[in-house]
Amino acid sequence: MIPISMVGAQHDKESGAGWRATVLKELRREVGALEAGARPDAPALAFEAEAIDSHLPEGGLRLGALHEIWGGRAVPIDRQEPERTKKTGTTRTSGMSGFENPGGNGGAEDIAAATLFLAGLLARLSGPVLWCLKARDLFTPSLAAAGLDPDRVIYAETWHERDVLAAMEEGLQHPGLAAVVGEVARLGLTASRRLQLAAESEGVTAFTLLRPHRQTGAEPTAAATRWRIRSAPSLPPMPSSSAANPVAGIGRGRWRVDLMRCRGADPASFITEACDGTGRLGVSALLRDGADAPHLDRSAA
Amino acid sequence: MYLPFFATERMRLTSTDLPPEAPLALTTRIGAQRLVAAVDAKAFAHGLKPGMAATQAQLLLPGLILRDHAPRADAHGLAKLAAWCLARYSPVVAPAPPDGLLLDVTGCTHLFAARTEGQSRNPDEGEENLLADLASCLARRGLTARLALAGSVGAAHALARFAAPDCSRIAETESLKRALAPLPVEALRLPPETPQALRRLGFERIGDLIGAKRAPITRRFGHDVFLRLDQALGLSREPLVPLIPPELVSAKLSFVEPVITAEGLAQAVERLCSDLAAALEARQHGARRLDFHVTRLDRSTSIVSVRMAKPNRAPEHMARLICEKLAGLDCGLGVEKVLLAAPLTRPLLPEQIASELYGRPQEPDLSTLVDRLANRLGAGRIYRTAPVESDWPERSVRRVAALAPKPRTETPRPENWLRDWPRPARLLPDPMPVEVIALLPDYPPALFIWQGRRHRICRADGPERIFGEWWRAPGEIALARDYFQVEDEAGQRFWLFREEVGGRPQRWYLHGFFA
Repeated sequence: MIPISMVGAQHDKESGAGWRATVLKELRREVGALEAGARPDAPALAFEAEAIDSHLPEGGLRLGALHEIWGGRAVPIDRQEPERTKKTGTTRTSGMSGFENPGGNGGAEDIAAATLFLAGLLARLSGPVLWCLKARDLFTPSLAAAGLDPDRVIYAETWHERDVLAAMEEGLQHPGLAAVVGEVARLGLTASRRLQLAAESEGVTAFTLLRPHRQTGAEPTAAATRWRIRSAPSLPPMPSSSAANPVAGIGRGRWRVDLMRCRGADPASFITEACDGTGRLGVSALLRDGADAPHLDRSAA
Repeated sequence: MYLPFFATERMRLTSTDLPPEAPLALTTRIGAQRLVAAVDAKAFAHGLKPGMAATQAQLLLPGLILRDHAPRADAHGLAKLAAWCLARYSPVVAPAPPDGLLLDVTGCTHLFAARTEGQSRNPDEGEENLLADLASCLARRGLTARLALAGSVGAAHALARFAAPDCSRIAETESLKRALAPLPVEALRLPPETPQALRRLGFERIGDLIGAKRAPITRRFGHDVFLRLDQALGLSREPLVPLIPPELVSAKLSFVEPVITAEGLAQAVERLCSDLAAALEARQHGARRLDFHVTRLDRSTSIVSVRMAKPNRAPEHMARLICEKLAGLDCGLGVEKVLLAAPLTRPLLPEQIASELYGRPQEPDLSTLVDRLANRLGAGRIYRTAPVESDWPERSVRRVAALAPKPRTETPRPENWLRDWPRPARLLPDPMPVEVIALLPDYPPALFIWQGRRHRICRADGPERIFGEWWRAPGEIALARDYFQVEDEAGQRFWLFREEVGGRPQRWYLHGFFA
């Protein structure tokens, strides 16, 4: 905590928004650390995408915690619900905790981008990963394309949805693992608390990929962050000289990454390029919408 | 399992001076008479039978080699064979001297079912594979065996010994009556004179007895006849007394008062596990499988088996695995005795702890986690995936055991998985037909309709042509697929393909999702 007298002293020297931002960030970090309990200096996994990392209080995803990742149906950018993106700057707890997941029902088509987003994160952790699932639609060679060596992943296929959470908890008690992933239909408050506690105690990071059966809103959970990953249209194609092919080719995909909820940070939306072969999100075309962050617009392509 | 020539074949295996081509018979002495006690397959084919005078046998088959019969060594050999079955097939193996073994394979057959991804396991397939595996293992050891699998001990005994060689040796409990009816009454495990007397009364086959009035027969022959019949038909219970070979690592506990609570059993398990761990440590072994035998007051026995991915002798780990499985156990009136055995053990020596000095970081040991998950979800549901040399996407991945050694290749592993063309994150188990509008036959589609939604395609890559693998499935010789990666207006990316049969384009399918 910055002592009050020091704050005052700084106030004399510096002025304006820069100073405010520093103090607020420091305070947020302190409060976030108090909320997190035992581990104020938990290690974090940076996205290595400046706009996202600087937005998160720990400079990245907190390790040894539970993170929720949602999928959702791709929506053209100009039609994406504007009232959500304007919410950046409102109180952070109310933020987007009770959001409706538009169009997404957890089918294979809705979760594909989230899967690759997650694979990119796991690729930059070291150690084996336990992936608990029930559906059989994960195609493991694609993980390699996001940089995650498929040999690092051990799968636990369950008979019932409810066993996924139990298998995750079992895995979180094993400190040899880098992370535990679970594909679940819903994550309730109690289950998320158990997972969060298990993750904290052994320092294993937990990720839940949410695949709701119906279009449902999210329940409040104890997860440290909640993300929603959807695909976004690629940039307009380069003017092509060859008339032979009337359809433009496919380049690197783009995603809309929504940070729906995070302790110590406001909800935010980013447009990123899909993971590269080492699991890093593209930063060159990184955009962040929300009018209250002019300093971030410089990184926009 | 019926081993018709066990005595002679065991003799051949143990002695080295027997010419393999000569027929062999074993003799025993009763008073002054030398009688044939056992014959081998060649001698049997020439009409020699146990019970003949040895001189008569030599007269019938010149060149017959005679040896002394050693019933005690045979019994010992049978017990050794039983111990081998115990480690490989089933926790309950009982020798049925002089020439048989009984295996209770309930709940063991699925381990022998073919492990192919995407196919639901057929339980019968497991049974057939188990029998085939057992038969081939025995044949390699030079033992002639006739195997039968049935819903009751009596029926298995009868089918193995008396069924015609060409008929199926697997009988479900429902069809036992049908399977047993044509067999002779000798198949019922009765004292030797009873079947003869039954034949004289006109009861030649088991089918004749099934419908017969019971009272007169019981009065004449005692309760045995119908008790054996009911046991064979699975109508009355017949517990197997499982063999516990003396060299088996085991620990047992008898209770003064019968135990009925789960907590009591859990305590017993903990004590047994620490005893067993000490015994295993003395041998420098670790257990791969544990059988927990629970004997109830009424002498019925239940067995809980757990398997471990790596040899292990940590008592806490073993106790935890067993206790998790005890939840479904019925204690009945109370448990009188418990026994914990490790039928399958492997050497477990102290391991060098890899140090960073050697430059190789230590791989975390995941075996306890894998054991626990496998214990809860079932073996085969904890797996890793390995790439397969196949262009056909459905076949390009196979499951391997979670702790299977990772293949060492020159290239770093991710490259080993990557192909020239991208692969989708999610693959539909079965491709779904879609309606497609393409501008020109060989162009990627301009629009497709899936689940009532139109997706207008803005970008596309392809085609990637994949040919049918006729060496795997004969119908695929004329099959080809043209895969396209497409992106719709909203940015969602799909994997579509056009199927071609015999060079003529057929239908379009959706097969996966990139993002």
